[in-house]
Amino acid sequence: MTSHAKVLTAQDTVAHDGTAGKPQPYWSPYLAGFGLGLVLLAAFVIMGRGLGASGAFSSLVATGINAVAPDHARANEFYGEYLGDGTKSPLMDWLVFEVIGVFVGGFISGTLAGRIRWSVERGPAITDGKRLVFAFLGGGIMGFGAKLARGCTSGQALTGGALLNVGSWAFMMMVFAGAYAAAYFVRRQWR
Amino acid sequence: MNAPFFKFGLFGDNVSLVVAFLIGIGFGFFLERAGFGSAKKLTAQFYFTDLSVFKVMFSAIVTAMVGIFYLSWMGIVDLSLVYLTPTFLVPQVVGGMILGVGFVVGGYCPGTSCVGLATGRSDAGVYLIGIVAGIIVFGEVYPLVKDFYLSTPMGQVTLPALLNIPYGVIMFLVVLMAIGGFAGATWVEKRMAARKGA
Repeated sequence: MTSHAKVLTAQDTVAHDGTAGKPQPYWSPYLAGFGLGLVLLAAFVIMGRGLGASGAFSSLVATGINAVAPDHARANEFYGEYLGDGTKSPLMDWLVFEVIGVFVGGFISGTLAGRIRWSVERGPAITDGKRLVFAFLGGGIMGFGAKLARGCTSGQALTGGALLNVGSWAFMMMVFAGAYAAAYFVRRQWR
Repeated sequence: MNAPFFKFGLFGDNVSLVVAFLIGIGFGFFLERAGFGSAKKLTAQFYFTDLSVFKVMFSAIVTAMVGIFYLSWMGIVDLSLVYLTPTFLVPQVVGGMILGVGFVVGGYCPGTSCVGLATGRSDAGVYLIGIVAGIIVFGEVYPLVKDFYLSTPMGQVTLPALLNIPYGVIMFLVVLMAIGGFAGATWVEKRMAARKGA
């Protein structure tokens, strides 16, 4: 019995590191979306607030700038809002802990489905290096836009969408508009 | 029952951080289940080959929207205590457009890039470094963009309040739009698959 179990474990390991076997298929988008909706609903009911992501990185940035150049950070209203009155670290923040959870939850799901792989996501027509340049640029554009819009896909589109928030719905439509408008110009990255 | 629990003082700030961590785990789990740790899967939305972004997003919105509406109607949750981000229309429209460009150029949005990195995508890690850089740029130019950032304020306002249409009616329209959108999206996916095969 014991040796039999060991053989199974070994096969499993082979399947999971990508040399053999396939990762499990993704869930139906409706099922995954329903689950996501229940998590969002739980945040409403338990906390009286929705989900978020970009705000956690603002806290991180404000903390970093404050550590390097405290006078500069305190003189800036944007950083100041995240730094607060200085009695507690801006990292002791709801969104920061939520985003740490997002990493953990993503890792748990990816592990269970055999989808953890060290890789660069790109189409066949682009090199890894160029893809990483685009990833950095896209992240930069996203970071700036998210601050201007007061939130990203999670804080505005999902949370505000479910609460029928006017600004969130305007935001959401413009996200799709912006992405579809730019898609043609970066198609070689993905196709 | 008095909800939102936190707003009624059922637990304090320290416990709220534990709740944040647990809710984040659920958030990340379902994003990964949907395949949203993959930039190719996410960006396929914008080439009409896989419209999962729309389907997942609207399934989630409809679930939470209908859920909170009925919990509020039954008197379990005080909806007025659920935080609504104030609307600043023009900067949000412009910011949304910029964000959309960043989505298709970079391949992720902030939440999904965390899941991407957690499942080993190094491009998602680089993307996160980009987000940090973008926020620093915003912070540094904030004095210059502040007037625009605070322009067209509309306060905390919902579509039913703005349009003076009952909440339930708007909710029903959103559900209809989502169902129509799901059917349309599936039709488009099939068309694109047929075109690719031909």
